[in-house]
Amino acid sequence: MTTVPSAGLGLKPQHFDAALACPAAGLWFEVHPENYLVAGGPRLAWLEAIRARHPVSLHGVALSLAADAEPDPGHLGRLGELVNRIEPVLVSEHLAWSTWRGAYHPDLLPFPRTGEALLRITDNISRTQDALRRRISIENPSHYLKIESHAWGEIDYLAELARRTGCSLLLDVNNVYVSARNLGYSTEEYIDAFPGALVAEVHLAGHSRDPNLGESLLIDSHDAPVSPEVWALYERLIRRIGPRPTLIERDDKLPDFATLFAERQRAEALMRVPLAEAA
Amino acid sequence: MIPPVAGSLARFQDAFARALLAPEAEPASSVSALAAQPAFAVYRNTVMKGCIDALQANYPAVARLVGEEWFRAAAAIYVRESLPADPTLLRYGAAFPDFLARFEPAAELPYLPGVARLDRLWTEAHAAPDETALDPAALAALAPDALAGVIVRPHAAARWVWFEEAPIYTIWSRNRPDSTPDADIDWRPEGALLARPRDTVEWRALDAAGCAFLDACAAGGTLGRAAQAALEMRADADITQLMSTLLASGAFGQLTFINRQSAEDQI
Repeated sequence: MTTVPSAGLGLKPQHFDAALACPAAGLWFEVHPENYLVAGGPRLAWLEAIRARHPVSLHGVALSLAADAEPDPGHLGRLGELVNRIEPVLVSEHLAWSTWRGAYHPDLLPFPRTGEALLRITDNISRTQDALRRRISIENPSHYLKIESHAWGEIDYLAELARRTGCSLLLDVNNVYVSARNLGYSTEEYIDAFPGALVAEVHLAGHSRDPNLGESLLIDSHDAPVSPEVWALYERLIRRIGPRPTLIERDDKLPDFATLFAERQRAEALMRVPLAEAA
Repeated sequence: MIPPVAGSLARFQDAFARALLAPEAEPASSVSALAAQPAFAVYRNTVMKGCIDALQANYPAVARLVGEEWFRAAAAIYVRESLPADPTLLRYGAAFPDFLARFEPAAELPYLPGVARLDRLWTEAHAAPDETALDPAALAALAPDALAGVIVRPHAAARWVWFEEAPIYTIWSRNRPDSTPDADIDWRPEGALLARPRDTVEWRALDAAGCAFLDACAAGGTLGRAAQAALEMRADADITQLMSTLLASGAFGQLTFINRQSAEDQI
């Protein structure tokens, strides 16, 4: 994840030994920092052992940047300590909220993209970047609900946040696919309109159909291989904007390390195609 | 500076958060139209599942004793009472043992809150700060009368508890992941010590004298004072054997010397 963008893997404790031993060049790992915000013990030792061998990216799910409140100072402080300890190559978060009035809701919740929210999120991203003393990346979340009161489109909103705070963007291609299918817009148009210069990382993951609503509602479940449609969108994206650090995310129904690594190699191979063509 | 919550975003989030846990959408809130969409269930389910999964991961012996279905039904009630206050879900459920103690359907399992308390102590020991356990040689080098005046703090990861009513430790240790429940349990009072002498949490039974000894150490007492507390609890306590067990278990952290006069004052 330094000079030549490469592909990485979301890392789970079950794969620790295989991950530690994997010699692949350019391989990096991403974890949710919330699982490591502890004072000591085997979890931190584990992450530090990985970090000694591979670059690590911290992908937060709980700063609640889109809540109408400042990020929880205790949580942000602990995140800062972990950042100092691990020295991640990248820190990212979501355009969503989860903590509200002291209660944490373990999900990435939606909100109306208004000017009022833009001011608050700008302030929250800036506070986070000041506290961590580094630029962060903001990810497009998956959408399930039709919200009538959006005043902004998502891409313009993300680009405006980047302009105001200096943050970069994390483009989750699977989230684009899931959201576009659920809300009825074009995946290709979204991918083509996304500002490539701001993209610091790309996420690829699998999705599933809602058990009750079926095809009409796709769930960003991270419990399946990356779908052919998402691979096609990814290829379309990197042919336009060039290779970017790309992560295979898998959080549930975990296969063995070799199966995930094969998906990582596919992203790696796709990234090398535009480079070869450009040469 | 942005003023504290007042605008439409705050009102939206108040209503949305309420709707997440409400059995059905409330009328005429700013999110009632959203909560009426079938897809709103995705958020409801994800939040509830995330919290229940965390409780099940944090209380494995309780879940194994009562079975997954019972556990998840009880956990769902706890979640509605008490959402996580901290996104590090490893810490979620601090009040779950107390919840089980007053949870009527659990009344016929009087040992359940104690088992939950041990699951919780395991989590605390697991995530406690790193500290080198006291080397027994550091104490062996001291003259016996100097030993009584030494203060030894319990290790940052050491947790101990005494159960007067039931063999909670045996029930708990036989229901942790990867352990096999045995048929017969000798019904008697029991204590437990959990510590992290090396990489991971280890545990063992600890008698009432041992628990009293560590209580006295945690209160800042000298080893002499701790020995006295142990003997008050059990007149036949073997202090040498107890010290050796505690040292081998990694129960001690830093050692401090105090002068003889203040040691005698304490005793």
